Amino acid sequence: MTAAVEVRDLAKRYGRVQALGGVSLAVESGEFFALLGPNGAGKTTLISVLGGLALADAGSASIMGHDVRADFRAARRAVGIVPQEVVFDPFFTVRETLEFQSGYFGLRANGAWIDQLLERLALAPKAHANMRSLSGGMKRRVMVAQALVHRPPVIVLDEPTAGVDVELRQSLWQFVRDLNAAGHTIVLTTHYLEEAQQLCSRIAMMRDGRVVALDSTERLLAAFSERVLRVKLEGSSLPPALAGGAVDEGGGWWRLPVADVGHVENALARLREAGVAVANLEVSEPELEEVFVKIMRGEPGR
Amino acid sequence: MSTPAASGFPTLLKKEVARFWKVSFQTVAAPVLTTLLYLLVFSHALASHVQVFPGVTYVEFLIPGLAMMAVLQNAFANSSSSIIQSKLTGNMIFILLPPLSAGEIFAAYLLASMVRGLVVGIGVFAATMWLVPLPVREPMWAIAFALVASGMLGTMGIIAGIWSEKFDQLAAFQNFLVLPLTFLAGAFYSVHTLPPFWQAVSRLNPFFYAVDGFRYGFFAQSDVAPGASLAIATAAFAVLSWITLQLLRSGYKLRH
Repeated sequence: MTAAVEVRDLAKRYGRVQALGGVSLAVESGEFFALLGPNGAGKTTLISVLGGLALADAGSASIMGHDVRADFRAARRAVGIVPQEVVFDPFFTVRETLEFQSGYFGLRANGAWIDQLLERLALAPKAHANMRSLSGGMKRRVMVAQALVHRPPVIVLDEPTAGVDVELRQSLWQFVRDLNAAGHTIVLTTHYLEEAQQLCSRIAMMRDGRVVALDSTERLLAAFSERVLRVKLEGSSLPPALAGGAVDEGGGWWRLPVADVGHVENALARLREAGVAVANLEVSEPELEEVFVKIMRGEPGR
Repeated sequence: MSTPAASGFPTLLKKEVARFWKVSFQTVAAPVLTTLLYLLVFSHALASHVQVFPGVTYVEFLIPGLAMMAVLQNAFANSSSSIIQSKLTGNMIFILLPPLSAGEIFAAYLLASMVRGLVVGIGVFAATMWLVPLPVREPMWAIAFALVASGMLGTMGIIAGIWSEKFDQLAAFQNFLVLPLTFLAGAFYSVHTLPPFWQAVSRLNPFFYAVDGFRYGFFAQSDVAPGASLAIATAAFAVLSWITLQLLRSGYKLRH
Protein backbone atom coordinates (compact mmCIF):
# COMPACT_ATOMS: atom_id res chain seq x y z
CA MET A 1 0.00 0.00 0.00
CA THR A 2 1.20 3.52 -0.76
CA ALA A 3 2.16 5.53 2.29
CA ALA A 4 0.12 8.67 2.87
CA VAL A 5 3.31 10.59 3.56
CA GLU A 6 6.79 9.36 2.86
CA VAL A 7 9.99 11.31 3.32
CA ARG A 8 13.47 9.97 2.70
CA ASP A 9 16.76 11.51 3.80
CA LEU A 10 15.22 14.94 3.69
CA ALA A 11 17.75 17.70 4.30
CA LYS A 12 17.28 21.45 4.46
CA ARG A 13 19.65 24.15 5.58
CA TYR A 14 18.84 27.80 6.30
CA GLY A 15 22.16 29.63 6.41
CA ARG A 16 24.06 28.03 9.25
CA VAL A 17 21.06 26.21 10.67
CA GLN A 18 20.51 22.64 9.57
CA ALA A 19 16.72 22.65 9.84
CA LEU A 20 16.42 19.07 8.58
CA GLY A 21 19.38 16.76 8.78
CA GLY A 22 18.29 13.68 6.87
CA VAL A 23 14.75 12.90 7.97
CA SER A 24 13.11 9.66 6.90
CA LEU A 25 9.68 8.52 7.94
CA ALA A 26 6.47 7.14 6.55
CA VAL A 27 2.90 7.74 7.65
CA GLU A 28 0.48 5.04 6.60
CA SER A 29 -2.91 5.81 5.13
CA GLY A 30 -5.53 6.34 7.80
CA GLU A 31 -3.05 6.93 10.61
CA PHE A 32 -3.34 9.61 13.26
CA PHE A 33 0.29 10.59 13.49
CA ALA A 34 2.03 13.04 15.81
CA LEU A 35 5.18 14.94 15.01
CA LEU A 36 6.61 16.18 18.27
CA GLY A 37 9.68 18.09 19.27
CA PRO A 38 10.85 21.30 20.87
CA ASN A 39 10.75 24.60 18.99
CA GLY A 40 13.34 24.60 16.23
CA ALA A 41 13.34 20.81 15.91
CA GLY A 42 12.37 21.02 12.24
CA LYS A 43 8.70 20.06 12.41
CA THR A 44 7.43 23.12 10.58
CA THR A 45 10.21 22.88 7.99
CA LEU A 46 9.23 19.29 7.34
CA ILE A 47 5.58 20.28 6.92
CA SER A 48 6.60 23.16 4.65
CA VAL A 49 8.45 20.73 2.41
CA LEU A 50 5.37 18.50 2.25
CA GLY A 51 3.23 21.44 1.13
CA GLY A 52 5.78 22.88 -1.30
CA LEU A 53 6.27 25.99 0.85
CA ALA A 54 9.92 25.06 1.26
CA LEU A 55 12.18 23.27 -1.16
CA ALA A 56 14.44 20.62 0.32
CA ASP A 57 18.16 20.63 -0.43
CA ALA A 58 18.31 16.85 -0.63
CA GLY A 59 16.11 13.81 -0.22
CA SER A 60 12.58 13.21 -1.37
CA ALA A 61 9.07 13.65 -0.07
CA SER A 62 5.81 12.33 -1.40
CA ILE A 63 2.13 12.52 -0.54
CA MET A 64 -0.02 9.51 -1.47
CA GLY A 65 2.82 8.39 -3.71
CA HIS A 66 3.14 11.72 -5.55
CA ASP A 67 6.52 13.41 -5.33
CA VAL A 68 6.11 16.94 -3.97
CA ARG A 69 8.39 18.38 -6.68
CA ALA A 70 8.04 16.19 -9.77
CA ASP A 71 4.32 15.60 -9.35
CA PHE A 72 3.46 18.72 -7.36
CA ARG A 73 -0.09 19.08 -8.63
CA ALA A 74 -1.21 15.63 -7.50
CA ALA A 75 0.77 15.93 -4.27
CA ARG A 76 -0.80 19.28 -3.36
CA ARG A 77 -4.29 18.07 -4.22
CA ALA A 78 -3.71 15.21 -1.80
CA VAL A 79 -2.71 17.30 1.21
CA GLY A 80 -4.39 20.00 3.27
CA ILE A 81 -2.10 21.98 5.54
CA VAL A 82 -3.19 24.15 8.44
CA PRO A 83 -0.22 26.42 9.06
CA GLN A 84 0.88 27.44 12.51
CA GLU A 85 0.61 31.20 12.13
CA VAL A 86 -2.84 32.72 11.85
CA VAL A 87 -2.88 34.49 8.50
CA PHE A 88 -5.73 35.77 6.35
CA ASP A 89 -6.53 37.99 3.40
CA PRO A 90 -8.17 41.14 4.77
CA PHE A 91 -9.83 41.94 1.44
CA PHE A 92 -12.40 39.17 1.59
CA THR A 93 -15.20 37.58 3.59
CA VAL A 94 -15.09 34.08 5.08
CA ARG A 95 -17.11 32.62 2.24
CA GLU A 96 -15.15 34.41 -0.46
CA THR A 97 -11.95 33.14 1.13
CA LEU A 98 -13.20 29.55 0.93
CA GLU A 99 -14.56 29.96 -2.58
CA PHE A 100 -11.25 31.33 -3.81
CA GLN A 101 -9.38 28.55 -2.07
CA SER A 102 -11.62 25.98 -3.79
CA GLY A 103 -11.03 27.66 -7.12
CA TYR A 104 -7.25 27.49 -6.70
CA PHE A 105 -7.68 23.73 -6.57
CA GLY A 106 -9.76 23.85 -9.73
CA LEU A 107 -13.04 23.25 -7.89
CA ARG A 108 -15.71 25.57 -9.25
CA ALA A 109 -18.91 24.18 -7.74
CA ASN A 110 -17.91 23.44 -4.18
CA GLY A 111 -20.68 25.33 -2.40
CA ALA A 112 -22.26 22.37 -0.66
CA TRP A 113 -18.99 21.25 0.88
CA ILE A 114 -18.13 24.83 1.88
CA ASP A 115 -21.52 25.07 3.63
CA GLN A 116 -20.77 21.86 5.44
CA LEU A 117 -17.35 23.10 6.53
CA LEU A 118 -18.82 26.39 7.74
CA GLU A 119 -21.46 24.49 9.68
CA ARG A 120 -19.06 21.99 11.16
CA LEU A 121 -16.55 24.66 12.23
CA ALA A 122 -19.29 26.91 13.65
CA LEU A 123 -18.51 29.61 11.10
CA ALA A 124 -21.88 29.71 9.34
CA PRO A 125 -23.07 32.87 11.14
CA LYS A 126 -19.86 34.61 10.04
CA ALA A 127 -19.92 33.44 6.43
CA HIS A 128 -20.37 36.95 5.09
CA ALA A 129 -18.23 38.73 7.64
CA ASN A 130 -14.94 40.21 6.54
CA MET A 131 -11.92 38.19 7.69
CA ARG A 132 -10.62 41.23 9.56
CA SER A 133 -13.63 41.26 11.88
CA LEU A 134 -13.13 37.69 13.15
CA SER A 135 -11.58 36.72 16.46
CA GLY A 136 -8.30 34.83 16.46
CA GLY A 137 -10.02 31.52 17.13
CA MET A 138 -12.41 32.06 14.23
CA LYS A 139 -9.59 32.96 11.87
CA ARG A 140 -7.89 29.73 12.84
CA ARG A 141 -11.06 27.79 12.08
CA VAL A 142 -11.24 29.46 8.67
CA MET A 143 -7.70 28.23 8.08
CA VAL A 144 -8.82 24.71 8.96
CA ALA A 145 -11.67 25.08 6.48
CA GLN A 146 -9.27 26.41 3.83
CA ALA A 147 -7.08 23.33 4.28
CA LEU A 148 -10.09 21.08 3.80
CA VAL A 149 -11.87 22.74 0.84
CA HIS A 150 -10.41 20.21 -1.59
CA ARG A 151 -11.16 17.20 0.66
CA PRO A 152 -7.55 16.11 0.88
CA PRO A 153 -6.87 12.51 1.95
CA VAL A 154 -3.97 13.77 4.09
CA ILE A 155 -4.46 16.57 6.61
CA VAL A 156 -1.52 18.21 8.33
CA LEU A 157 -2.14 20.42 11.34
CA ASP A 158 0.80 22.47 12.58
CA GLU A 159 0.04 23.35 16.20
CA PRO A 160 -3.63 23.98 15.55
CA THR A 161 -4.46 24.49 19.21
CA ALA A 162 -1.74 26.94 20.20
CA GLY A 163 -3.48 29.76 22.04
CA VAL A 164 -6.93 28.30 21.43
CA ASP A 165 -9.53 28.14 24.20
CA VAL A 166 -10.61 24.83 25.71
CA GLU A 167 -14.02 24.64 24.07
CA LEU A 168 -12.71 25.32 20.60
CA ARG A 169 -9.86 22.90 21.14
CA GLN A 170 -12.25 20.11 22.02
CA SER A 171 -14.61 20.76 19.14
CA LEU A 172 -11.66 20.96 16.79
CA TRP A 173 -10.33 17.62 17.99
CA GLN A 174 -13.73 16.05 17.65
CA PHE A 175 -13.88 17.25 14.07
CA VAL A 176 -10.37 15.96 13.34
CA ARG A 177 -11.22 12.61 14.96
CA ASP A 178 -14.29 12.35 12.73
CA LEU A 179 -12.18 13.10 9.68
CA ASN A 180 -9.74 10.41 10.74
CA ALA A 181 -12.61 7.97 11.27
CA ALA A 182 -13.81 8.82 7.76
CA GLY A 183 -10.46 7.67 6.40
CA HIS A 184 -8.35 10.82 6.33
CA THR A 185 -4.75 10.52 7.40
CA ILE A 186 -3.91 13.07 10.08
CA VAL A 187 -0.46 14.43 10.83
CA LEU A 188 -0.31 16.69 13.83
CA THR A 189 2.26 18.76 15.64
CA THR A 190 1.49 20.07 19.06
CA HIS A 191 3.14 21.17 22.27
CA TYR A 192 0.25 19.73 24.28
CA LEU A 193 1.60 16.25 24.77
CA GLU A 194 -1.51 14.93 26.45
CA GLU A 195 -3.41 15.74 23.25
CA ALA A 196 -0.94 13.74 21.19
CA GLN A 197 -1.11 10.87 23.67
CA GLN A 198 -4.89 10.74 23.51
CA LEU A 199 -5.27 11.17 19.77
CA CYS A 200 -2.31 9.70 17.97
CA SER A 201 -1.55 6.07 17.32
CA ARG A 202 2.03 6.71 16.25
CA ILE A 203 4.56 9.36 17.13
CA ALA A 204 7.77 10.71 15.66
CA MET A 205 9.91 12.87 17.89
CA MET A 206 12.33 15.29 16.34
CA ARG A 207 15.29 17.17 17.72
CA ASP A 208 17.76 19.37 15.86
CA GLY A 209 16.40 18.37 12.47
CA ARG A 210 16.48 14.63 13.09
CA VAL A 211 13.97 11.98 14.03
CA VAL A 212 15.09 10.69 17.43
CA ALA A 213 12.16 8.39 18.11
CA LEU A 214 9.52 6.82 15.91
CA ASP A 215 7.13 4.24 17.23
CA SER A 216 3.57 3.53 18.27
CA THR A 217 2.36 5.64 21.17
CA GLU A 218 1.87 2.49 23.21
CA ARG A 219 5.39 1.20 22.73
CA LEU A 220 6.96 4.59 23.41
CA LEU A 221 5.02 4.84 26.67
CA ALA A 222 6.01 1.31 27.64
CA ALA A 223 9.65 1.94 26.86
CA PHE A 224 10.12 5.32 28.45
CA SER A 225 7.43 5.79 31.02
CA GLU A 226 5.97 3.63 33.74
CA ARG A 227 3.07 3.30 36.04
CA VAL A 228 4.15 4.57 39.43
CA LEU A 229 2.71 4.01 42.89
CA ARG A 230 3.37 6.88 45.25
CA VAL A 231 2.76 6.20 48.92
CA LYS A 232 3.05 8.42 51.95
CA LEU A 233 4.09 6.38 54.93
CA GLU A 234 3.33 7.34 58.49
CA GLY A 235 6.46 7.50 60.58
CA SER A 236 8.16 4.30 59.54
CA SER A 237 10.38 3.68 56.52
CA LEU A 238 9.92 1.39 53.58
CA PRO A 239 10.14 -2.38 54.24
CA PRO A 240 13.29 -3.88 52.64
CA ALA A 241 11.18 -6.13 50.44
CA LEU A 242 9.99 -3.06 48.51
CA ALA A 243 13.25 -1.15 48.49
CA GLY A 244 14.33 -2.29 45.00
CA GLY A 245 13.69 0.51 42.54
CA ALA A 246 11.98 2.70 45.13
CA VAL A 247 12.80 6.38 45.35
CA ASP A 248 12.53 8.42 48.51
CA GLU A 249 10.85 11.65 47.50
CA GLY A 250 11.06 13.12 51.01
CA GLY A 251 8.29 14.10 53.39
CA GLY A 252 7.39 10.45 53.84
CA TRP A 253 6.56 10.00 50.14
CA TRP A 254 7.99 7.03 48.29
CA ARG A 255 7.82 6.27 44.65
CA LEU A 256 7.52 2.63 43.60
CA PRO A 257 7.55 1.42 40.00
CA VAL A 258 4.59 -0.88 39.32
CA ALA A 259 4.21 -2.67 36.01
CA ASP A 260 0.51 -3.40 36.43
CA VAL A 261 -2.36 -3.33 38.87
CA GLY A 262 -1.27 -6.66 40.40
CA HIS A 263 1.92 -5.03 41.58
CA VAL A 264 -0.02 -2.31 43.34
CA GLU A 265 -1.96 -4.85 45.38
CA ASN A 266 1.21 -6.73 46.08
CA ALA A 267 3.04 -3.63 47.32
CA LEU A 268 0.17 -2.63 49.56
CA ALA A 269 0.00 -6.17 50.99
CA ARG A 270 3.71 -6.02 51.82
CA LEU A 271 3.25 -2.70 53.59
CA ARG A 272 0.39 -4.12 55.62
CA GLU A 273 2.42 -7.21 56.53
CA ALA A 274 5.25 -4.99 57.71
CA GLY A 275 2.81 -3.02 59.82
CA VAL A 276 3.51 0.22 57.98
CA ALA A 277 0.58 2.61 57.91
CA VAL A 278 -0.16 4.28 54.58
CA ALA A 279 -1.36 7.85 55.02
CA ASN A 280 -1.93 8.58 51.35
CA LEU A 281 -1.38 6.98 47.97
CA GLU A 282 -1.74 7.63 44.27
CA VAL A 283 -1.13 5.68 41.10
CA SER A 284 0.07 7.60 38.08
CA GLU A 285 -0.28 6.33 34.55
CA PRO A 286 2.56 6.48 31.98
CA GLU A 287 2.80 9.92 30.45
CA LEU A 288 4.00 11.04 27.09
CA GLU A 289 5.55 14.07 28.73
CA GLU A 290 7.95 11.81 30.57
CA VAL A 291 8.73 9.95 27.35
CA PHE A 292 9.36 13.26 25.61
CA VAL A 293 11.68 14.58 28.31
CA LYS A 294 13.68 11.37 28.42
CA ILE A 295 14.05 11.15 24.66
CA MET A 296 15.06 14.79 24.39
CA ARG A 297 17.70 14.17 27.07
CA GLY A 298 18.92 11.21 25.08
CA GLU A 299 18.10 8.64 27.76
CA PRO A 300 17.78 5.07 26.54
CA GLY A 301 14.42 3.32 26.76
CA ARG A 302 13.76 -0.08 28.22
CA MET B 1 -9.80 12.32 -5.85
CA SER B 2 -9.87 11.34 -9.49
CA THR B 3 -11.98 14.30 -10.59
CA PRO B 4 -10.57 15.96 -13.71
CA ALA B 5 -8.15 18.61 -12.58
CA ALA B 6 -9.26 22.07 -13.67
CA SER B 7 -6.75 24.89 -13.44
CA GLY B 8 -6.74 27.28 -10.51
CA PHE B 9 -5.63 30.11 -12.80
CA PRO B 10 -9.07 31.65 -13.52
CA THR B 11 -9.79 31.89 -9.80
CA LEU B 12 -6.46 33.49 -9.01
CA LEU B 13 -7.03 36.00 -11.79
CA LYS B 14 -10.53 36.70 -10.49
CA LYS B 15 -9.21 37.15 -6.97
CA GLU B 16 -6.46 39.51 -8.11
CA VAL B 17 -8.95 41.62 -10.06
CA ALA B 18 -11.43 41.56 -7.14
CA ARG B 19 -8.65 42.68 -4.81
CA PHE B 20 -8.14 45.99 -6.56
CA TRP B 21 -11.75 46.38 -7.64
CA LYS B 22 -12.95 46.22 -4.02
CA VAL B 23 -10.88 49.30 -3.33
CA SER B 24 -11.33 50.89 -6.75
CA PHE B 25 -11.64 54.33 -5.23
CA GLN B 26 -7.93 54.13 -4.36
CA THR B 27 -6.79 51.91 -7.18
CA VAL B 28 -8.68 53.40 -10.12
CA ALA B 29 -10.35 56.69 -9.24
CA ALA B 30 -7.32 58.13 -7.42
CA PRO B 31 -4.80 57.59 -10.24
CA VAL B 32 -7.29 58.94 -12.79
CA LEU B 33 -7.64 62.09 -10.68
CA THR B 34 -3.85 62.41 -10.30
CA THR B 35 -3.47 62.16 -14.06
CA LEU B 36 -6.11 64.84 -14.61
CA LEU B 37 -4.23 67.12 -12.23
CA TYR B 38 -1.01 66.57 -14.16
CA LEU B 39 -2.88 67.37 -17.31
CA LEU B 40 -4.35 70.55 -15.88
CA VAL B 41 -1.06 71.82 -14.47
CA PHE B 42 1.26 70.86 -17.29
CA SER B 43 -1.03 71.88 -20.11
CA HIS B 44 -1.27 75.37 -18.64
CA ALA B 45 2.32 75.70 -17.54
CA LEU B 46 4.00 74.26 -20.59
CA ALA B 47 1.62 74.77 -23.48
CA SER B 48 3.53 77.75 -24.81
CA HIS B 49 7.01 76.33 -24.17
CA VAL B 50 6.91 72.86 -25.62
CA GLN B 51 6.91 72.19 -29.32
CA VAL B 52 5.42 68.94 -30.37
CA PHE B 53 4.12 67.40 -33.55
CA PRO B 54 2.76 69.64 -36.30
CA GLY B 55 -1.01 69.96 -36.15
CA VAL B 56 -1.19 68.57 -32.61
CA THR B 57 -1.82 70.88 -29.66
CA TYR B 58 0.18 70.37 -26.50
CA VAL B 59 -2.89 69.28 -24.51
CA GLU B 60 -3.73 66.69 -27.15
CA PHE B 61 -0.14 65.53 -27.16
CA LEU B 62 -0.11 65.27 -23.39
CA ILE B 63 -3.21 63.10 -22.94
CA PRO B 64 -1.99 59.81 -24.48
CA GLY B 65 1.38 60.22 -22.76
CA LEU B 66 -0.17 60.81 -19.37
CA ALA B 67 -2.67 57.99 -19.92
CA MET B 68 0.21 55.65 -20.77
CA MET B 69 2.10 56.82 -17.71
CA ALA B 70 -0.93 55.93 -15.59
CA VAL B 71 -1.19 52.54 -17.30
CA LEU B 72 2.48 51.83 -16.58
CA GLN B 73 2.39 52.93 -12.95
CA ASN B 74 -0.84 51.15 -12.12
CA ALA B 75 0.08 47.90 -13.81
CA PHE B 76 3.25 47.93 -11.72
CA ALA B 77 1.43 48.91 -8.55
CA ASN B 78 -1.09 46.09 -8.86
CA SER B 79 1.14 43.04 -8.94
CA SER B 80 3.86 44.50 -6.74
CA SER B 81 1.53 45.63 -3.95
CA SER B 82 -0.50 42.43 -4.04
CA ILE B 83 2.57 40.22 -3.73
CA ILE B 84 4.34 42.24 -1.06
CA GLN B 85 1.16 42.46 1.01
CA SER B 86 0.61 38.73 0.72
CA LYS B 87 4.21 38.07 1.66
CA LEU B 88 4.21 40.41 4.64
CA THR B 89 0.84 39.29 6.00
CA GLY B 90 1.73 35.67 5.32
CA ASN B 91 -1.34 34.88 3.24
CA MET B 92 0.88 34.08 0.23
CA ILE B 93 0.76 30.49 1.51
CA PHE B 94 -2.83 30.25 0.28
CA ILE B 95 -1.49 30.76 -3.25
CA LEU B 96 1.58 28.58 -2.73
CA LEU B 97 -0.18 25.53 -1.25
CA PRO B 98 -2.65 24.87 -4.11
CA PRO B 99 -1.57 23.04 -7.27
CA LEU B 100 -0.79 26.24 -9.19
CA SER B 101 2.23 26.15 -11.49
CA ALA B 102 4.70 29.01 -11.89
CA GLY B 103 3.10 29.76 -15.26
CA GLU B 104 -0.40 29.94 -13.83
CA ILE B 105 0.65 32.22 -10.97
CA PHE B 106 2.55 34.41 -13.43
CA ALA B 107 -0.36 34.64 -15.86
CA ALA B 108 -2.90 35.50 -13.17
CA TYR B 109 -0.84 38.28 -11.55
CA LEU B 110 0.19 39.60 -14.96
CA LEU B 111 -3.32 39.73 -16.43
CA ALA B 112 -4.80 41.31 -13.31
CA SER B 113 -2.10 44.01 -13.50
CA MET B 114 -2.88 44.60 -17.15
CA VAL B 115 -6.57 44.90 -16.34
CA ARG B 116 -5.83 47.46 -13.62
CA GLY B 117 -3.49 49.45 -15.89
CA LEU B 118 -5.94 49.42 -18.77
CA VAL B 119 -8.94 50.32 -16.60
CA VAL B 120 -7.06 53.35 -15.27
CA GLY B 121 -5.96 54.27 -18.79
CA ILE B 122 -9.52 54.03 -20.08
CA GLY B 123 -10.61 56.09 -17.08
CA VAL B 124 -8.24 58.88 -18.11
CA PHE B 125 -9.67 58.95 -21.63
CA ALA B 126 -13.23 58.74 -20.34
CA ALA B 127 -12.59 61.78 -18.15
CA THR B 128 -10.80 63.86 -20.80
CA MET B 129 -12.72 63.02 -23.96
CA TRP B 130 -15.43 65.56 -23.06
CA LEU B 131 -12.90 68.35 -22.78
CA VAL B 132 -10.34 67.43 -25.41
CA PRO B 133 -11.61 65.08 -28.09
CA LEU B 134 -8.67 63.18 -29.55
CA PRO B 135 -8.29 61.67 -32.99
CA VAL B 136 -7.60 57.93 -32.98
CA ARG B 137 -5.91 57.44 -36.33
CA GLU B 138 -4.34 54.04 -35.68
CA PRO B 139 -6.41 52.30 -32.97
CA MET B 140 -4.73 48.92 -33.41
CA TRP B 141 -1.34 50.44 -32.62
CA ALA B 142 -2.75 52.12 -29.53
CA ILE B 143 -4.24 48.86 -28.31
CA ALA B 144 -1.07 46.89 -29.03
CA PHE B 145 1.09 49.35 -27.10
CA ALA B 146 -1.35 49.51 -24.21
CA LEU B 147 -1.25 45.71 -23.91
CA VAL B 148 2.50 45.35 -24.20
CA ALA B 149 3.23 48.26 -21.89
CA SER B 150 0.84 47.12 -19.17
CA GLY B 151 2.27 43.62 -19.51
CA MET B 152 5.82 44.90 -19.22
CA LEU B 153 5.06 46.75 -15.99
CA GLY B 154 2.87 43.94 -14.66
CA THR B 155 5.87 41.60 -14.87
CA MET B 156 8.16 44.23 -13.35
CA GLY B 157 5.67 44.48 -10.50
CA ILE B 158 5.80 40.73 -9.94
CA ILE B 159 9.61 40.83 -9.86
CA ALA B 160 9.62 43.78 -7.46
CA GLY B 161 7.03 42.12 -5.23
CA ILE B 162 8.97 38.87 -5.09
CA TRP B 163 12.31 40.59 -4.52
CA SER B 164 11.17 43.07 -1.86
CA GLU B 165 11.09 41.92 1.72
CA LYS B 166 9.79 45.18 3.13
CA PHE B 167 7.59 48.00 1.90
CA ASP B 168 10.68 50.26 1.94
CA GLN B 169 12.37 48.11 -0.62
CA LEU B 170 9.33 48.11 -2.84
CA ALA B 171 9.08 51.88 -2.45
CA ALA B 172 12.74 52.17 -3.47
CA PHE B 173 12.07 50.06 -6.56
CA GLN B 174 9.12 52.31 -7.36
CA ASN B 175 10.78 55.65 -6.60
CA PHE B 176 14.23 55.00 -8.03
CA LEU B 177 13.35 52.91 -11.05
CA VAL B 178 9.72 52.96 -12.12
CA LEU B 179 8.98 56.61 -11.43
CA PRO B 180 12.10 58.05 -13.15
CA LEU B 181 11.65 55.75 -16.13
CA THR B 182 8.00 56.75 -16.53
CA PHE B 183 8.69 60.47 -16.10
CA LEU B 184 11.56 60.33 -18.56
CA ALA B 185 9.57 58.32 -21.07
CA GLY B 186 8.49 61.41 -22.95
CA ALA B 187 4.98 61.81 -21.61
CA PHE B 188 5.51 65.56 -21.29
CA TYR B 189 7.66 66.26 -24.31
CA SER B 190 8.74 64.97 -27.67
CA VAL B 191 12.28 63.61 -27.42
CA HIS B 192 13.20 65.56 -30.53
CA THR B 193 13.13 68.68 -28.41
CA LEU B 194 15.85 67.25 -26.14
CA PRO B 195 19.62 67.76 -26.60
CA PRO B 196 21.25 64.83 -28.48
CA PHE B 197 22.73 63.30 -25.31
CA TRP B 198 19.36 63.10 -23.57
CA GLN B 199 17.74 61.84 -26.74
CA ALA B 200 20.22 58.96 -26.73
CA VAL B 201 19.56 58.29 -23.03
CA SER B 202 15.81 58.31 -23.66
CA ARG B 203 16.25 55.63 -26.27
CA LEU B 204 17.66 53.29 -23.63
CA ASN B 205 14.43 53.54 -21.69
CA PRO B 206 11.94 50.86 -22.77
CA PHE B 207 9.07 52.95 -21.38
CA PHE B 208 9.87 55.64 -23.93
CA TYR B 209 8.89 53.29 -26.76
CA ALA B 210 5.62 52.47 -25.01
CA VAL B 211 4.69 56.14 -24.70
CA ASP B 212 5.88 57.10 -28.17
CA GLY B 213 4.23 54.16 -29.90
CA PHE B 214 1.00 54.61 -27.98
CA ARG B 215 0.88 58.23 -29.10
CA TYR B 216 1.31 57.07 -32.69
CA GLY B 217 -2.01 55.28 -32.31
CA PHE B 218 -3.68 58.67 -31.89
CA PHE B 219 -1.78 61.06 -34.14
CA ALA B 220 -0.10 58.70 -36.62
CA GLN B 221 3.06 60.63 -35.77
CA SER B 222 5.87 59.57 -33.48
CA ASP B 223 9.56 60.05 -32.70
CA VAL B 224 10.38 56.44 -33.56
CA ALA B 225 8.74 54.21 -36.17
CA PRO B 226 5.92 52.34 -34.34
CA GLY B 227 6.99 48.93 -35.62
CA ALA B 228 10.46 49.39 -34.12
CA SER B 229 8.98 50.69 -30.86
CA LEU B 230 6.62 47.74 -30.60
CA ALA B 231 9.45 45.30 -31.29
CA ILE B 232 11.61 46.85 -28.57
CA ALA B 233 8.78 47.04 -26.02
CA THR B 234 7.75 43.47 -26.80
CA ALA B 235 11.34 42.28 -26.45
CA ALA B 236 11.59 44.00 -23.05
CA PHE B 237 8.30 42.40 -22.03
CA ALA B 238 9.54 38.98 -23.17
CA VAL B 239 12.82 39.26 -21.26
CA LEU B 240 11.05 40.43 -18.10
CA SER B 241 8.52 37.60 -18.45
CA TRP B 242 11.27 35.05 -18.80
CA ILE B 243 13.03 36.38 -15.69
CA THR B 244 9.77 36.38 -13.74
CA LEU B 245 9.00 32.80 -14.72
CA GLN B 246 12.48 31.69 -13.67
CA LEU B 247 12.04 33.39 -10.30
CA LEU B 248 8.66 31.74 -9.79
CA ARG B 249 9.93 28.33 -10.88
CA SER B 250 12.91 28.49 -8.56
CA GLY B 251 10.72 29.57 -5.67
CA TYR B 252 13.03 32.58 -5.13
CA LYS B 253 11.99 34.36 -1.91
CA LEU B 254 8.61 32.64 -2.01
CA ARG B 255 9.26 28.97 -1.36
CA HIS B 256 12.01 29.13 1.22
